[in-house]
Amino acid sequence: MTEGLLVCSGLTKRFGRKEALKNVNIRLEGGKIIGLLGPNGSGKTTFIKLVNGLLMPDAGSILIDGKAPGVYSKSIISYLPDRMYFANWMRVKDIVEMFHDFYQDFNKEKAVDMLNRLNIGLEERMKHLSKGNKEKVQLVLVMSRRAKLYLLDEPIGGVDPAARDFILHTILTNYSEDASVLISTHLIADVEKVLDEVIFLKDGELVRQDSVDHIREVEGMSVDQLFRSIFAVPESDYPGLWDGADRGQAGPGR
Amino acid sequence: MDWKIADDRPIWIQLSQQLTAQIASGVYKPGQRLPSVREFAADAGVNPNTMQRALVDLENRGLVITNRTAGRSVTEDMEKIGKLRRDRAMEQVRQFLSRMKELGYTREEIGNVLAQALREDV
Repeated sequence: MTEGLLVCSGLTKRFGRKEALKNVNIRLEGGKIIGLLGPNGSGKTTFIKLVNGLLMPDAGSILIDGKAPGVYSKSIISYLPDRMYFANWMRVKDIVEMFHDFYQDFNKEKAVDMLNRLNIGLEERMKHLSKGNKEKVQLVLVMSRRAKLYLLDEPIGGVDPAARDFILHTILTNYSEDASVLISTHLIADVEKVLDEVIFLKDGELVRQDSVDHIREVEGMSVDQLFRSIFAVPESDYPGLWDGADRGQAGPGR
Repeated sequence: MDWKIADDRPIWIQLSQQLTAQIASGVYKPGQRLPSVREFAADAGVNPNTMQRALVDLENRGLVITNRTAGRSVTEDMEKIGKLRRDRAMEQVRQFLSRMKELGYTREEIGNVLAQALREDV
Protein backbone atom coordinates (compact mmCIF):
# COMPACT_ATOMS: atom_id res chain seq x y z
CA MET A 1 0.00 0.00 0.00
CA THR A 2 1.25 3.47 -0.79
CA GLU A 3 1.91 5.90 1.97
CA GLY A 4 -1.00 8.24 1.26
CA LEU A 5 -0.77 11.99 0.88
CA LEU A 6 -3.05 12.60 3.83
CA VAL A 7 -3.72 10.03 6.52
CA CYS A 8 -5.92 10.78 9.53
CA SER A 9 -6.53 8.24 12.25
CA GLY A 10 -8.93 8.55 15.13
CA LEU A 11 -9.12 12.28 14.60
CA THR A 12 -11.20 13.96 17.30
CA LYS A 13 -11.78 17.63 18.05
CA ARG A 14 -13.95 19.12 20.80
CA PHE A 15 -15.08 22.67 21.33
CA GLY A 16 -16.15 22.75 24.96
CA ARG A 17 -18.64 19.95 25.35
CA LYS A 18 -19.42 19.73 21.65
CA GLU A 19 -17.55 17.15 19.60
CA ALA A 20 -16.91 18.76 16.22
CA LEU A 21 -15.12 15.69 14.85
CA LYS A 22 -15.44 12.17 16.23
CA ASN A 23 -12.87 9.49 15.57
CA VAL A 24 -12.43 10.28 11.86
CA ASN A 25 -10.27 7.99 9.71
CA ILE A 26 -9.47 9.29 6.25
CA ARG A 27 -6.82 8.43 3.72
CA LEU A 28 -6.22 10.41 0.54
CA GLU A 29 -3.90 9.57 -2.33
CA GLY A 30 -2.13 12.04 -4.61
CA GLY A 31 -3.48 13.07 -8.02
CA LYS A 32 -7.13 13.29 -7.07
CA ILE A 33 -9.87 15.83 -6.58
CA ILE A 34 -11.88 15.03 -3.50
CA GLY A 35 -15.12 16.57 -2.30
CA LEU A 36 -15.53 17.10 1.44
CA LEU A 37 -19.29 17.11 1.72
CA GLY A 38 -21.68 17.73 4.54
CA PRO A 39 -24.29 20.23 5.67
CA ASN A 40 -23.34 23.30 7.67
CA GLY A 41 -21.94 22.34 11.04
CA SER A 42 -20.89 18.83 10.03
CA GLY A 43 -17.21 19.49 10.73
CA LYS A 44 -15.82 20.32 7.27
CA THR A 45 -14.04 23.52 8.25
CA THR A 46 -12.80 22.00 11.50
CA PHE A 47 -11.29 19.13 9.53
CA ILE A 48 -9.56 21.47 7.08
CA LYS A 49 -8.19 23.62 9.88
CA LEU A 50 -6.81 20.57 11.66
CA VAL A 51 -5.03 19.40 8.51
CA ASN A 52 -3.71 22.89 8.05
CA GLY A 53 -2.32 23.03 11.59
CA LEU A 54 -4.60 25.91 12.59
CA LEU A 55 -6.26 23.74 15.24
CA MET A 56 -4.83 21.00 17.44
CA PRO A 57 -6.68 17.69 17.67
CA ASP A 58 -7.85 16.39 21.05
CA ALA A 59 -7.12 12.85 19.96
CA GLY A 60 -5.84 11.02 16.92
CA SER A 61 -3.19 11.86 14.38
CA ILE A 62 -2.73 13.56 11.02
CA LEU A 63 0.09 12.82 8.62
CA ILE A 64 0.62 14.91 5.51
CA ASP A 65 3.08 13.33 3.10
CA GLY A 66 4.24 11.30 6.10
CA LYS A 67 4.72 14.23 8.47
CA ALA A 68 2.67 15.84 11.23
CA PRO A 69 1.32 19.37 10.52
CA GLY A 70 4.15 21.85 10.77
CA VAL A 71 6.64 23.81 8.72
CA TYR A 72 6.94 21.12 6.04
CA SER A 73 3.21 20.54 5.69
CA LYS A 74 2.61 24.28 5.34
CA SER A 75 5.13 24.41 2.52
CA ILE A 76 3.21 21.82 0.50
CA ILE A 77 -0.37 22.83 1.36
CA SER A 78 -2.11 25.65 -0.46
CA TYR A 79 -5.10 26.75 1.58
CA LEU A 80 -8.18 28.74 0.61
CA PRO A 81 -9.96 29.77 3.84
CA ASP A 82 -13.72 29.97 4.05
CA ARG A 83 -13.56 33.71 4.45
CA MET A 84 -11.66 36.63 3.03
CA TYR A 85 -8.39 37.21 4.79
CA PHE A 86 -6.92 40.13 2.90
CA ALA A 87 -7.19 43.69 4.20
CA ASN A 88 -9.65 45.75 2.19
CA TRP A 89 -7.21 48.60 1.58
CA MET A 90 -4.79 46.32 -0.25
CA ARG A 91 -4.43 46.45 -4.00
CA VAL A 92 -4.50 43.27 -6.03
CA LYS A 93 -0.80 43.70 -6.84
CA ASP A 94 0.07 43.97 -3.13
CA ILE A 95 -1.46 40.59 -2.51
CA VAL A 96 0.31 39.07 -5.49
CA GLU A 97 3.60 40.42 -4.09
CA MET A 98 2.73 39.06 -0.67
CA PHE A 99 2.25 35.57 -2.07
CA HIS A 100 5.44 35.95 -4.08
CA ASP A 101 7.35 36.76 -0.85
CA PHE A 102 5.67 34.09 1.24
CA TYR A 103 5.71 31.05 -0.97
CA GLN A 104 8.64 29.68 -2.94
CA ASP A 105 6.31 27.59 -5.10
CA PHE A 106 4.21 30.61 -6.15
CA ASN A 107 4.14 31.25 -9.90
CA LYS A 108 3.65 34.99 -10.22
CA GLU A 109 3.41 35.06 -14.03
CA LYS A 110 0.68 32.48 -13.93
CA ALA A 111 -1.30 34.45 -11.34
CA VAL A 112 -0.95 37.73 -13.24
CA ASP A 113 -1.92 36.03 -16.48
CA MET A 114 -5.08 34.55 -14.94
CA LEU A 115 -6.03 37.90 -13.38
CA ASN A 116 -5.59 39.58 -16.77
CA ARG A 117 -7.87 37.07 -18.40
CA LEU A 118 -10.43 37.83 -15.71
CA ASN A 119 -10.11 41.55 -16.40
CA ILE A 120 -9.13 42.18 -12.81
CA GLY A 121 -6.65 45.05 -12.74
CA LEU A 122 -3.58 44.76 -10.54
CA GLU A 123 -4.08 48.34 -9.36
CA GLU A 124 -7.59 47.76 -8.09
CA ARG A 125 -8.24 47.81 -4.38
CA MET A 126 -9.85 44.79 -2.81
CA LYS A 127 -12.65 46.87 -1.32
CA HIS A 128 -13.72 47.96 -4.81
CA LEU A 129 -14.03 44.43 -6.15
CA SER A 130 -17.32 42.57 -6.27
CA LYS A 131 -17.76 39.61 -3.99
CA GLY A 132 -17.31 37.19 -6.88
CA ASN A 133 -14.12 38.90 -8.02
CA LYS A 134 -12.68 38.86 -4.51
CA GLU A 135 -13.23 35.14 -4.37
CA LYS A 136 -11.67 34.74 -7.80
CA VAL A 137 -8.57 36.71 -6.76
CA GLN A 138 -8.09 34.47 -3.74
CA LEU A 139 -8.57 31.31 -5.74
CA VAL A 140 -6.19 32.45 -8.48
CA LEU A 141 -3.50 33.04 -5.87
CA VAL A 142 -4.06 29.74 -4.11
CA MET A 143 -4.07 27.79 -7.38
CA SER A 144 -0.94 29.55 -8.64
CA ARG A 145 1.14 27.72 -6.08
CA ARG A 146 2.66 24.42 -7.08
CA ALA A 147 1.46 22.61 -3.99
CA LYS A 148 0.99 18.93 -3.24
CA LEU A 149 -2.27 19.41 -1.42
CA TYR A 150 -4.82 22.14 -2.06
CA LEU A 151 -7.38 22.68 0.69
CA LEU A 152 -10.27 24.74 -0.63
CA ASP A 153 -12.87 25.62 1.97
CA GLU A 154 -16.14 26.49 0.20
CA PRO A 155 -14.56 27.91 -2.97
CA ILE A 156 -17.90 28.23 -4.74
CA GLY A 157 -19.89 29.48 -1.77
CA GLY A 158 -21.29 32.87 -2.59
CA VAL A 159 -20.75 33.27 -6.32
CA ASP A 160 -23.02 33.20 -9.37
CA PRO A 161 -23.07 30.21 -11.75
CA ALA A 162 -20.74 31.81 -14.30
CA ALA A 163 -18.15 32.54 -11.62
CA ARG A 164 -18.65 29.02 -10.33
CA ASP A 165 -17.81 27.60 -13.74
CA PHE A 166 -14.73 29.77 -13.91
CA ILE A 167 -13.62 28.61 -10.47
CA LEU A 168 -14.11 24.94 -11.26
CA HIS A 169 -12.34 25.38 -14.58
CA THR A 170 -9.44 27.10 -12.79
CA ILE A 171 -9.17 24.24 -10.34
CA LEU A 172 -9.33 21.62 -13.10
CA THR A 173 -6.68 23.22 -15.26
CA ASN A 174 -4.25 24.35 -12.60
CA TYR A 175 -3.59 21.68 -10.02
CA SER A 176 -0.32 19.89 -10.57
CA GLU A 177 -0.57 16.34 -11.82
CA ASP A 178 0.47 14.47 -8.67
CA ALA A 179 -1.24 16.90 -6.30
CA SER A 180 -4.60 16.40 -4.66
CA VAL A 181 -7.35 18.95 -4.21
CA LEU A 182 -9.78 18.78 -1.30
CA ILE A 183 -12.87 20.91 -1.90
CA SER A 184 -15.37 21.40 0.89
CA THR A 185 -18.86 22.33 -0.15
CA HIS A 186 -22.54 21.71 0.36
CA LEU A 187 -23.32 22.59 -3.29
CA ILE A 188 -22.69 19.10 -4.57
CA ALA A 189 -24.53 19.12 -7.88
CA ASP A 190 -22.19 21.85 -9.11
CA VAL A 191 -18.93 20.12 -8.27
CA GLU A 192 -19.81 16.46 -8.63
CA LYS A 193 -18.45 16.10 -12.16
CA VAL A 194 -14.99 17.34 -11.25
CA LEU A 195 -14.53 15.01 -8.29
CA ASP A 196 -12.83 11.62 -8.09
CA GLU A 197 -13.96 10.85 -4.60
CA VAL A 198 -16.25 12.17 -1.95
CA ILE A 199 -16.09 12.19 1.81
CA PHE A 200 -19.40 12.57 3.63
CA LEU A 201 -19.33 14.10 7.08
CA LYS A 202 -22.38 14.08 9.30
CA ASP A 203 -22.38 15.54 12.81
CA GLY A 204 -18.61 15.22 12.94
CA GLU A 205 -18.51 11.61 11.82
CA LEU A 206 -17.29 10.10 8.58
CA VAL A 207 -20.29 8.38 7.04
CA ARG A 208 -18.84 7.44 3.66
CA GLN A 209 -15.73 7.74 1.53
CA ASP A 210 -16.19 6.50 -2.00
CA SER A 211 -15.53 7.33 -5.63
CA VAL A 212 -18.18 9.32 -7.52
CA ASP A 213 -18.57 6.76 -10.28
CA HIS A 214 -18.74 3.88 -7.81
CA ILE A 215 -21.59 5.60 -6.01
CA ARG A 216 -23.41 6.17 -9.31
CA GLU A 217 -22.81 2.57 -10.29
CA VAL A 218 -24.04 0.91 -7.08
CA GLU A 219 -26.71 3.43 -6.10
CA GLY A 220 -27.97 4.31 -9.58
CA MET A 221 -28.11 7.94 -8.56
CA SER A 222 -25.87 10.96 -8.47
CA VAL A 223 -23.83 11.89 -5.43
CA ASP A 224 -26.07 14.92 -5.04
CA GLN A 225 -29.14 12.69 -4.81
CA LEU A 226 -27.40 10.35 -2.39
CA PHE A 227 -26.39 13.32 -0.27
CA ARG A 228 -30.00 14.49 -0.13
CA SER A 229 -31.13 11.05 0.96
CA ILE A 230 -28.47 10.73 3.65
CA PHE A 231 -29.17 14.17 5.00
CA ALA A 232 -32.90 13.91 4.40
CA VAL A 233 -33.51 17.17 2.63
CA PRO A 234 -37.12 17.97 1.64
CA GLU A 235 -37.69 15.92 -1.54
CA SER A 236 -38.25 12.73 0.46
CA ASP A 237 -40.88 14.54 2.52
CA TYR A 238 -42.98 14.99 -0.60
CA PRO A 239 -42.99 11.60 -2.27
CA GLY A 240 -45.95 12.64 -4.42
CA LEU A 241 -43.76 15.03 -6.37
CA TRP A 242 -41.51 12.27 -7.44
CA ASP A 243 -41.93 9.35 -9.63
CA GLY A 244 -39.01 7.17 -8.63
CA ALA A 245 -38.43 6.03 -12.21
CA ASP A 246 -38.03 9.58 -13.45
CA ARG A 247 -35.30 10.59 -11.08
CA GLY A 248 -32.58 10.25 -13.64
CA GLN A 249 -33.93 12.85 -16.00
CA ALA A 250 -35.59 15.20 -13.59
CA GLY A 251 -32.85 15.76 -11.04
CA PRO A 252 -33.97 17.01 -7.67
CA GLY A 253 -34.99 20.61 -7.73
CA ARG A 254 -32.58 21.63 -10.44
CA MET B 1 -18.32 19.81 -27.97
CA ASP B 2 -21.53 19.66 -26.03
CA TRP B 3 -21.31 17.15 -23.18
CA LYS B 4 -24.35 15.93 -21.32
CA ILE B 5 -24.01 14.14 -18.02
CA ALA B 6 -27.09 12.46 -16.56
CA ASP B 7 -27.50 11.68 -12.88
CA ASP B 8 -28.25 7.99 -12.89
CA ARG B 9 -25.11 6.42 -14.33
CA PRO B 10 -21.33 6.57 -13.88
CA ILE B 11 -19.81 9.60 -15.58
CA TRP B 12 -17.02 7.72 -17.36
CA ILE B 13 -19.53 5.51 -19.18
CA GLN B 14 -21.40 8.56 -20.43
CA LEU B 15 -18.18 10.20 -21.61
CA SER B 16 -17.17 7.02 -23.39
CA GLN B 17 -20.57 6.75 -25.11
CA GLN B 18 -20.51 10.36 -26.26
CA LEU B 19 -16.98 10.05 -27.63
CA THR B 20 -17.97 6.84 -29.38
CA ALA B 21 -20.87 8.67 -31.03
CA GLN B 22 -18.53 11.45 -32.16
CA ILE B 23 -16.16 8.94 -33.75
CA ALA B 24 -19.01 7.06 -35.42
CA SER B 25 -20.51 10.21 -36.88
CA GLY B 26 -17.14 11.49 -38.07
CA VAL B 27 -16.83 14.54 -35.83
CA TYR B 28 -13.48 12.98 -34.98
CA LYS B 29 -12.10 11.59 -38.21
CA PRO B 30 -10.12 8.37 -38.64
CA GLY B 31 -6.50 9.04 -37.70
CA GLN B 32 -7.28 12.43 -36.22
CA ARG B 33 -5.29 13.40 -33.17
CA LEU B 34 -7.33 13.87 -30.04
CA PRO B 35 -6.91 16.58 -27.42
CA SER B 36 -5.02 15.59 -24.27
CA VAL B 37 -6.86 14.11 -21.31
CA ARG B 38 -6.59 17.41 -19.50
CA GLU B 39 -7.95 19.41 -22.42
CA PHE B 40 -10.82 16.98 -22.88
CA ALA B 41 -11.54 17.03 -19.16
CA ALA B 42 -11.52 20.81 -18.99
CA ASP B 43 -13.81 21.01 -22.03
CA ALA B 44 -16.30 18.60 -20.49
CA GLY B 45 -15.87 20.10 -17.03
CA VAL B 46 -15.06 16.70 -15.57
CA ASN B 47 -12.32 15.16 -13.51
CA PRO B 48 -9.23 14.22 -15.59
CA ASN B 49 -9.10 10.72 -14.07
CA THR B 50 -12.70 10.15 -15.15
CA MET B 51 -11.90 11.29 -18.70
CA GLN B 52 -8.83 9.09 -18.66
CA ARG B 53 -10.98 6.11 -17.80
CA ALA B 54 -13.32 6.86 -20.71
CA LEU B 55 -10.40 7.13 -23.14
CA VAL B 56 -8.88 3.89 -21.89
CA ASP B 57 -12.25 2.28 -22.52
CA LEU B 58 -12.19 3.55 -26.13
CA GLU B 59 -8.67 2.21 -26.43
CA ASN B 60 -9.71 -1.21 -25.17
CA ARG B 61 -12.45 -1.26 -27.76
CA GLY B 62 -9.93 -0.41 -30.46
CA LEU B 63 -11.50 2.91 -31.42
CA VAL B 64 -8.62 5.00 -30.19
CA ILE B 65 -4.90 4.26 -30.33
CA THR B 66 -2.13 5.65 -28.18
CA ASN B 67 1.25 6.61 -29.54
CA ARG B 68 3.83 7.03 -26.86
CA THR B 69 5.00 10.36 -28.17
CA ALA B 70 2.08 11.82 -30.07
CA GLY B 71 -0.75 11.20 -27.64
CA ARG B 72 -4.00 9.62 -28.67
CA SER B 73 -5.70 9.50 -32.04
CA VAL B 74 -8.76 7.93 -33.62
CA THR B 75 -8.14 4.53 -35.17
CA GLU B 76 -7.56 4.35 -38.93
CA ASP B 77 -9.10 0.90 -39.04
CA MET B 78 -12.03 1.68 -41.35
CA GLU B 79 -13.51 -1.75 -40.85
CA LYS B 80 -13.81 -1.05 -37.14
CA ILE B 81 -15.41 2.34 -37.69
CA GLY B 82 -17.68 0.89 -40.35
CA LYS B 83 -18.85 -1.79 -37.95
CA LEU B 84 -19.40 0.82 -35.26
CA ARG B 85 -21.58 2.86 -37.62
CA ARG B 86 -23.56 -0.20 -38.70
CA ASP B 87 -24.10 -1.32 -35.11
CA ARG B 88 -25.35 2.08 -34.13
CA ALA B 89 -27.61 2.30 -37.18
CA MET B 90 -29.02 -1.16 -36.51
CA GLU B 91 -29.77 -0.19 -32.95
CA GLN B 92 -31.84 2.76 -34.21
CA VAL B 93 -33.59 0.56 -36.75
CA ARG B 94 -34.49 -2.02 -34.11
CA GLN B 95 -35.96 0.67 -31.91
CA PHE B 96 -37.88 2.11 -34.85
CA LEU B 97 -39.25 -1.30 -35.82
CA SER B 98 -40.35 -2.13 -32.31
CA ARG B 99 -42.16 1.22 -32.00
CA MET B 100 -43.86 0.72 -35.35
CA LYS B 101 -45.04 -2.71 -34.22
CA GLU B 102 -46.47 -1.06 -31.11
CA LEU B 103 -48.41 1.19 -33.48
CA GLY B 104 -49.86 -1.93 -35.08
CA TYR B 105 -47.96 -1.79 -38.38
CA THR B 106 -47.12 -4.94 -40.27
CA ARG B 107 -43.68 -5.40 -41.86
CA GLU B 108 -45.14 -4.62 -45.26
CA GLU B 109 -46.86 -1.44 -44.07
CA ILE B 110 -43.65 -0.31 -42.40
CA GLY B 111 -41.81 -0.85 -45.67
CA ASN B 112 -44.41 1.21 -47.55
CA VAL B 113 -44.45 4.23 -45.21
CA LEU B 114 -40.70 4.18 -44.99
CA ALA B 115 -40.29 4.11 -48.75
CA GLN B 116 -42.80 6.92 -49.11
CA ALA B 117 -41.12 9.02 -46.41
CA LEU B 118 -37.75 8.56 -48.08
CA ARG B 119 -39.20 9.66 -51.42
CA GLU B 120 -40.75 12.75 -49.86
CA ASP B 121 -37.60 13.36 -47.84
CA VAL B 122 -39.49 13.93 -44.58
